[in-house]
Amino acid sequence: MISSFLLGITIFIALLTAVNLYRVAVGRTIFDRIIAAGLVGTNGFILLILIGFIYGRINMFVDIAIAYALLNFVVVIVLGKYFDRGREKQP
Amino acid sequence: MLVLTIVAVVLMFGGAFFLTVSALGLLRLPDFYARTHAVGKSETLGTILMLSGLAVYNGWELSTIKILFIVFFVLIANPTATHAIARAALRTGLQPWTRKRNGITKTEETRKL
Repeated sequence: MISSFLLGITIFIALLTAVNLYRVAVGRTIFDRIIAAGLVGTNGFILLILIGFIYGRINMFVDIAIAYALLNFVVVIVLGKYFDRGREKQP
Repeated sequence: MLVLTIVAVVLMFGGAFFLTVSALGLLRLPDFYARTHAVGKSETLGTILMLSGLAVYNGWELSTIKILFIVFFVLIANPTATHAIARAALRTGLQPWTRKRNGITKTEETRKL
């Protein structure tokens, strides 16, 4: 019973990730795209841990999820630094 | 054992609820700063609840400690990343959304960015 519950919640979070991809594609500014991509990454490692529970190999998948979480944080910070145009547009 | 499973299922339902709130906020809120509000808080709380439910379901193993490490890291890193992006947007000159000013919606002005 619990395994079918885990499968259902995995499919639900996958659908939520697809909804968030809309904001990555259509986002009005570049920053919308960045935070939506970060949210897709966060949902991604939750999905990784859930898939590890479904396949019964959580020892392997949790390490991949740790690496993915660290990489997601670094990507968002670096993109924020890169697109920060500083005092260019300030009066 | 059954009690721990029920606790895990309730925590995972809470996490799925907050992740849904975060996705809806990202989809429906009017401008960038409001969307950072949805992402910075609801996403963090949803992730923490979901991973805590999985850790309770897993029991006492090494994997549980790794999952709790991910929870602790997300608790620190996710609001920091959202704050950094919002600061970059404010320094770049993105104006916050207001309802009307001089007959023009402010979102129309920031659409060029």
